[in-house]
Amino acid sequence: MNAYIIAALLIVLLGVAYQTGWSKSRSLVTADGARVHSRPQYHAALVAVWALVPTLLILALYGYFSSGFTRAYVVSQLPPDVVTGLDQNGLNALVARVRAIASGYGVAGEVQPYENSAGFALRQFQTIAFMVVIAAAAGTGILALLYARARITPRLRARNRVERIVNLVLLACSAVAILTTVGIVASLVTEAFRFFTFVNPLDFFFGTVWAPRFSSTGAGNAGQFGLLPLLSGTFLIAIIAMATAVPIGLMTAIYLSQYAPRSLRAVVKPVIEILAGIPTIVYGFFALVTVGPFLRDLGASIGLSISATSALTAGVVMGIMIIPFISSLSDDILNQVPRSLRDGAYGLGATQSETIRQVLLPAALPGIVGAFLLAVSRAIGETMIVVLAAGNSPVLRGNPLEPVSTITVSIVNQLTGDTDFTGPQSLVGFALGLTLFVMTLVLNIVALYIVRRFREQYE
Amino acid sequence: MDMVAGKVKMTQQTLESSMDPMSSLRPVRIEARDVTVHYGAKQALFGISIEIPDRAVTSFIGPSGCGKSTFLRCINRMNDTIEGAKVGGVIKLDGEDIYDSALDVVELRARIGMVFQKPNPFPKSIYDNVAYGPRIHGLASSKADLDEIVVSSLRKAGLFEEVKDRLAEPGTGLSGGQQQRLCIARAIAVGPEVILMDEPCSALDPIATAVIEELIDELRENYTIVIVTHSMQQAARVSQKTAFFHLGNLIEEGPTEQIFTNPVNKQTQDYIMGRIG
Amino acid sequence: MTDQALSAGQQALAERKQRIRAGLGRRHMTENLFRFFGIAAIVAALGFVAILFIDVLSKGIPAFVQTNLRLEVTFDPEVLDIEPAPALQEGQSQADYRAARLAWERQVAMLNWNRIIEEALRRAAPAGFEIDSRQILSIPETDARHVVRALFVANPDLLGQTVPVDLVASANTDNWVKGSINRDLGDTQQQLSAPARALIDHFETEGVITSGFAWGLFTNVDSRSAPASAGLAGAFMGSFYMMLIVIVLAVPIGVGSAIYLEEFAPKSRFTDLIEVNINNLAAVPSIVFGLLGAAVFINYFKLPLSAPLAGGLVLTLMTLPTIIIATRAALQGVSPSLRQAALGMGASKTQMVFHHVLPVTFPSILTATIIGVAQAIGETAPLLLIGMNAFVASVPATPLDQATALPVQIYLWQANENRNFFEARTSAAIIVLLAFMITLNAIAIFLRSRLERRA
Repeated sequence: MNAYIIAALLIVLLGVAYQTGWSKSRSLVTADGARVHSRPQYHAALVAVWALVPTLLILALYGYFSSGFTRAYVVSQLPPDVVTGLDQNGLNALVARVRAIASGYGVAGEVQPYENSAGFALRQFQTIAFMVVIAAAAGTGILALLYARARITPRLRARNRVERIVNLVLLACSAVAILTTVGIVASLVTEAFRFFTFVNPLDFFFGTVWAPRFSSTGAGNAGQFGLLPLLSGTFLIAIIAMATAVPIGLMTAIYLSQYAPRSLRAVVKPVIEILAGIPTIVYGFFALVTVGPFLRDLGASIGLSISATSALTAGVVMGIMIIPFISSLSDDILNQVPRSLRDGAYGLGATQSETIRQVLLPAALPGIVGAFLLAVSRAIGETMIVVLAAGNSPVLRGNPLEPVSTITVSIVNQLTGDTDFTGPQSLVGFALGLTLFVMTLVLNIVALYIVRRFREQYE
Repeated sequence: MDMVAGKVKMTQQTLESSMDPMSSLRPVRIEARDVTVHYGAKQALFGISIEIPDRAVTSFIGPSGCGKSTFLRCINRMNDTIEGAKVGGVIKLDGEDIYDSALDVVELRARIGMVFQKPNPFPKSIYDNVAYGPRIHGLASSKADLDEIVVSSLRKAGLFEEVKDRLAEPGTGLSGGQQQRLCIARAIAVGPEVILMDEPCSALDPIATAVIEELIDELRENYTIVIVTHSMQQAARVSQKTAFFHLGNLIEEGPTEQIFTNPVNKQTQDYIMGRIG
Repeated sequence: MTDQALSAGQQALAERKQRIRAGLGRRHMTENLFRFFGIAAIVAALGFVAILFIDVLSKGIPAFVQTNLRLEVTFDPEVLDIEPAPALQEGQSQADYRAARLAWERQVAMLNWNRIIEEALRRAAPAGFEIDSRQILSIPETDARHVVRALFVANPDLLGQTVPVDLVASANTDNWVKGSINRDLGDTQQQLSAPARALIDHFETEGVITSGFAWGLFTNVDSRSAPASAGLAGAFMGSFYMMLIVIVLAVPIGVGSAIYLEEFAPKSRFTDLIEVNINNLAAVPSIVFGLLGAAVFINYFKLPLSAPLAGGLVLTLMTLPTIIIATRAALQGVSPSLRQAALGMGASKTQMVFHHVLPVTFPSILTATIIGVAQAIGETAPLLLIGMNAFVASVPATPLDQATALPVQIYLWQANENRNFFEARTSAAIIVLLAFMITLNAIAIFLRSRLERRA
C-alpha cells in the first residue's frame, strides 16, 4: 500500500514537472521569439530532475531512519517497569511483537494488554508519520519544481546541465563494478580475519587435517581447519579436467579453424558451444548418476577400484564443461596468428600439420597458455560439479580414483543455510573464499597479461 | 655450391652476349594454358596462357586487383589453402602437370619456393628460420650439413655478413629489408628451381628495395624467378620478360624491353603511360 | 666446362629430389594421423553433447507422464459424519457467515478421508483380496485425501453420492508401474508390500491405473510428504523474480557503465584499473559472489533469507561484467565515420552516443543481455549460500518471500532418498531448465538476426 502511494507520488511528480518544464520552454519561444539555447525536452528533463531529487532524498531519509524512530516510540509507549525488566534481546523481541501487532498480522501466544495498546499506538503513529513524510516530500518536490521552472530562461544551458547529470549517472553505474570488487574484498577479508582470531593462520594454510566439528557439539573444540587436503583435491580435479579438456578442446579448435570446410564449422561450433551454456548443476547431476557409475563399472571390468564419486568423475565432467571454453579461446588466438606465417610455411613445402605444429602453435603459444590459465581458474572455482560428484572426502591423498573434497565444496558445506557468522565453523567459509579469490585473481591477471601481450605482438 | 654457381654465371653471360634480345630468353620452364580461377562464384582469372623462361626473371605487372598475384599463387598451388578457390586449365612445370592428382603438392612447393609481400619470418631464431625448410624435407644428413646449408643460403641472400654473429636471435628482430632477405634465404635453403616473389619490396623502403633488386638480379643466374610487382620501374629494372594483367586477363606479354618501349596493346600502353592503374 | 657445371647442378638437384621424396611417405602419415586426432576430438566433443542430452532426455521424459488412479469414490455418510454446510442466513453478516463456513471446513478436515479412499480402493480390488489399510493406502499419493476433501468442500452435495475421481498414484506405485524399480528384488528390498504390488498389477489390467501428462510438475509446488505431486511452480516463480531483478538492474547499470567507460571516461590510470577490475570480475568464481551476498546483503543489509530479492541482486552483480564487456565491444565496433558524421552535424557528445551510436549497437547489447540472463538463471552455487536451498512449499507472492529457484530445485531433488523416483523427476526438471535456456538463446539469435537485417 505504502509502496504504491510512494510510486504514485513519484510518477505524478515526474509527469507534472516534465510537463511544466516543457510548456515553460515552449512559451519562451512564442512569447518574444528569442533564441532559446536548449530544446524543450532538456528544460523539461532538468525540471523533472530538480523536482525528483529532493523528494527522493526525503523518502530515503525516512526509509533509513523510520525503523529507529518507531523503535524509540514503541519503547516510550511500553510500561517502564516492563522495559527495565528486559535485557536487550528480550526488548528486541518485544518490539518485534508490537510491530507485528501493529501490522495486523497478529502474533503467536498470549498478547499482553500493554502490547496491544502499544501496537495500536504504533499503528496510529506510523500512519501519521507516513502522511507527514509524504506531504513533506510532495511539498518539497513542488517547491523545487517551481524554483526550477522560474530559472528557465532562453539563455539557460539546460542541455549541458542535463548532459552533466547523465554523465554523473553513467559514472555511478560504472562505480557499481568497483563497489562489487570492494565489497567482495572487504567482506572476505574482514570475515576471514575474524576466522583467524579463532584459528591460527599457520594451522589453516599448512594444516593437513580438515575436520571441522559442528558448532552444536560444544564450544570447547571447533575441530581442525587444515587447508591442504582441500587444496590438493582442488588441484587434482583441475589437473584431471585440464587433461580432458586441453587435448579435445585444442584439437577441436585446430581442426575447425584449419581443416574443416566452412559448412562443417558452421554446424559444429555452435553445437560444441552448447556445452558452455549448460548450467553446472546439470553437469553435476550427469556426473553423479551417469559418468560416476560408468567409470566405476569400467574400473571394475579391468580390475580397478574406482569410486563412483571421485576426483576422476568430477574432473572428467568438469573437463567436458571446459572444452568449449578452451576451443573457442584457442580458435580466437589461432585466428590472430597472421596468415602470412602460414603462407610462409606452406610456401616452403610444409604439410598442413607441420605448419600447424611447428609454426602456428609456437607462434600462438603465449596466447594459448593464457587461455589455459583462464580455464584452470575456472576449474578451481567451479562448485556444483564437485559438490555432487567429488565425493566430499577431505583427506590428503593423491589418488584420483578416490573421493576428494575441494575448497568450493567446503565453502558450501560450511555456509549452507548458516548466516549467523559467529563461530569458526561458518567463518572458515570466508577464509576459504579469500584463498579461492586470490588464487583465481592471480591466475586471471597473469593470463590476461599474457593474452594482451600476445595480441599486441600481432597488431 | 658457390663454385657451381660461379660457373653457371659464366655460362649465362656467354650465352646472353651471343644472342639477340628475343632469343636470349632461355628455354621454357613453366607453361600455363587457359588458367582460370574462381573464388566461390566470382571469377578472378580468365584463361591465362603464358610461358615462363628458365633462369630469367619474369615480371607480372598490372593495376591492383588485376589477378597477377592470384596467378602467381597458382604456380605453386598456394590457392589450395584458400577456401572456395577453384583453379582450371593446365600449368606444367618441365612438362609435368602440377595440378595432376598424382603430384604431391608438398614436393611441388619444395621445387617452387615463394617470397611474400610482407616479410614473414617465423617467430624463431634466424638460424631456425633458414633451417626450417631443410629440416622438414630432410635435406641435411648431419648438423654440419645443415649449418652449411644455412650459411650458404644466407650468403646467397646477401644477409650472412650482417647476421653472422646473431644467428640465435629471433628473425623478427631484424629490419624490414633484412627480414625480407631472410625470407629469401629461407626459400633458397630448400633448393628450389623456381622462386615466386609476390611484391617482395612493397613493404620496404627504397634502399632496402635496391638491395633486394640487386639480389634478384644475382639469383636469376641459378633460379627461374617470377615476380609480381606494383612498380613498372622495378619490372623494367629486374626482369627479362614482362606480362601485363588487367581485370583478370593477360593483356600482353613479351620481352621486357619490348613491353616498355613498344607495347602492342592500347591498354598496356595506357598503363605504361600511367593513364590507368 | 659448361656441360660439366650443368650436370653437377643437375646431380645436386636430383639428389635433393631424392631426399625429399624419401621423407614424403612418413610426413603424409603424420599429416593423416594429425587430421585423425582432430576428427577424433570433434567426435568426442560432439559425442559428449549427444550423450548428455540423450541421457537427460531418456531419464527425464518418463517423469512427464504420471501414474494416475481412477477410482469410484463414495462419499459415505456413515464415515463422513457431518452436518450440511452452513448457508448464508437472512440477516446474517458476511463476516459471521465466513466464520461459520470456516468452522465447518475445519470440521470437514477432521473427517476420516483416508477411510473413504481405502473403501474406494477395496471396491476396485478383487473380492476377498487380503491387504491391510496401511498397505492399500500406500498405493495412492498421500495427498489423495486433500484432493477428495477439496472436491467435497467445493460441492457438499456429493454426500452420499459415488463419483469417479482421478488421484495421483504414489511415487512407489509409479516406480513399480514404470519399472523404475527392479521387480525381481526380494520383499525386503521392495518399497511396497507384496499384496500392494499384486493389487497394483490387478489395477493395471482392470484399467484403474492409467497414465497421463504430469501437469502437476508445472502447477504444483514442491512437496516432501507427497513426492509424486511435487512440482516446479514455486521454483519457476523464484527464478522468474530473479530474472526480472537481473533485467531491471543489470541491463541499465551494465549498459550505462559500458557507455561511460567507452565514450566519456578520460583515459587515465583509474579507468585502466576499472577495466582490469571488470575483466577480473567476469572471472571471479560464482561461489565468491555467494559469499558476498551472504556477508553483505544478508548479514549487513539484513535482506530476508531465501528471498529472490537477495538472489536477484547477487545474480545481477554476477551478470554485470558480462553485459559491460559485451556492450563495450559493441560500442568499439561502431565505425568512427558515424561518430564524426553526428558530431559534424553539431550533435553534442551525449547526443551522438544516445541518438546514433547506441541504436546501432542495440542488437548486440540485447543478445549479450539475454545470454547473460540465461547464464544467471542457471546458476546454483551462490544461491545456496544465501539460503535459497530451503524447502519452500508455496509459490512466492513477492520477491521478498521465501523461494527457491529452478537449478536449486534440481539440487534439492537429486538429493532425495527415493532415488528411483527422483532421478526421473530431477531429469525432468533439468529438461525444463534446459528448454527454458534454449528458448532464451533462440530468442536472442532470432532477435539479433531480425534487428540486424533491419539496421
